[in-house]
Amino acid sequence: MIHAQLFLAFFIPNIIGYGGGPAIIPLIEAEVVGRYDWMNAQEFAEVLGLGNALPSPIATKMAGYVGYEVAGISGVVVAVFATVVPTLLLMLGALGLLYRFRDSPQVKRMSQWVRPVIAIMMAGLVVSFFSEGLAGAGLVHTLIIATATAIALFRFKAHPALVVMGALAYGGLLLG
Amino acid sequence: MMASHQGKIFFSFLRIGLLGFGGGPSMIPLVHQEVVKQHGWMKDEEFADVLAIANTLPGPIATKMPGYIGFRIGGALGCVSAVLAVILPMIVAMILLLGLFSRYRDVTWVHGMGQGMAPVVMVMMAQLTWDFLNKSRMALGWGFSLLMAGVAAGLIYWLGVHPGLVIGALLVAAMLPPLVKGRSTEEAAQ
Repeated sequence: MIHAQLFLAFFIPNIIGYGGGPAIIPLIEAEVVGRYDWMNAQEFAEVLGLGNALPSPIATKMAGYVGYEVAGISGVVVAVFATVVPTLLLMLGALGLLYRFRDSPQVKRMSQWVRPVIAIMMAGLVVSFFSEGLAGAGLVHTLIIATATAIALFRFKAHPALVVMGALAYGGLLLG
Repeated sequence: MMASHQGKIFFSFLRIGLLGFGGGPSMIPLVHQEVVKQHGWMKDEEFADVLAIANTLPGPIATKMPGYIGFRIGGALGCVSAVLAVILPMIVAMILLLGLFSRYRDVTWVHGMGQGMAPVVMVMMAQLTWDFLNKSRMALGWGFSLLMAGVAAGLIYWLGVHPGLVIGALLVAAMLPPLVKGRSTEEAAQ
């Protein structure tokens, strides 16, 4: 039962999420935090933060970790399988067909129309992380960390792993 | 010979997985570097075609590309080994690091480290929100993008409709052929 839920929780976001791994994040959050309650928003923020500090695709890192938390090694296998295999099979099976229709307006519209919905769900996550920051670190620390993160990422093009480590150090020293 | 070919596939994609920070889309140049420039497994045009097709499909780009390319150059075994080489090391790293973290969550400074994460991912998510809105604006214009985003927000957050249903309905609508009839009613409405 738990494995069927895990499969669905990762199959659905990946089969509808256009725009690569990042587009899938808010859809996974809707399943993992919103629907199945396997994690709270704070834990999800931690997983996402660490995930951004490590290389390799974000969608499979999240699937692997959530699968492990929920059902151990077999959970990892199910969640990662649901993330990777269905879309890969689609690609292997339908390549010729897709090649013919890759410029058709319908195929273009599919990824274009999904984008605003993904964007608003990402905005929803921004709000949820903000309220999580208020509840945990408090307003002042949230604003300090967020401002420092924005300056480091956008102004100085700092490596995301450095930014995450900086925030971990700040949190360990000042929020403990 | 065969074994060394499979070995090359595995280690190429292992390098891609270990060097690719910032999620799937940012890994594409690395895949291009290994597959086209380093090993000559594909030509530039082929790579561009495969990338264009991968982008018309949902799901993470950084597993579709390795899986497809691995299959092309190494059969089923190449497919599995390319995908596992990209994803497996960091899945193990996530489980170990977060496992360690949860074990010491009760220690106050470890707890503090966790609280430092929400503001960081908030900013990263805000950047992604902007990226997606901006791409959407370029394809559909501000009016249509914001209208769709607003309607989706109402359905998902206010009425509690599952986001999968909202996106699924949109995908079905997008697949419908452009009806002459539909267009004329739109024009009549304007």
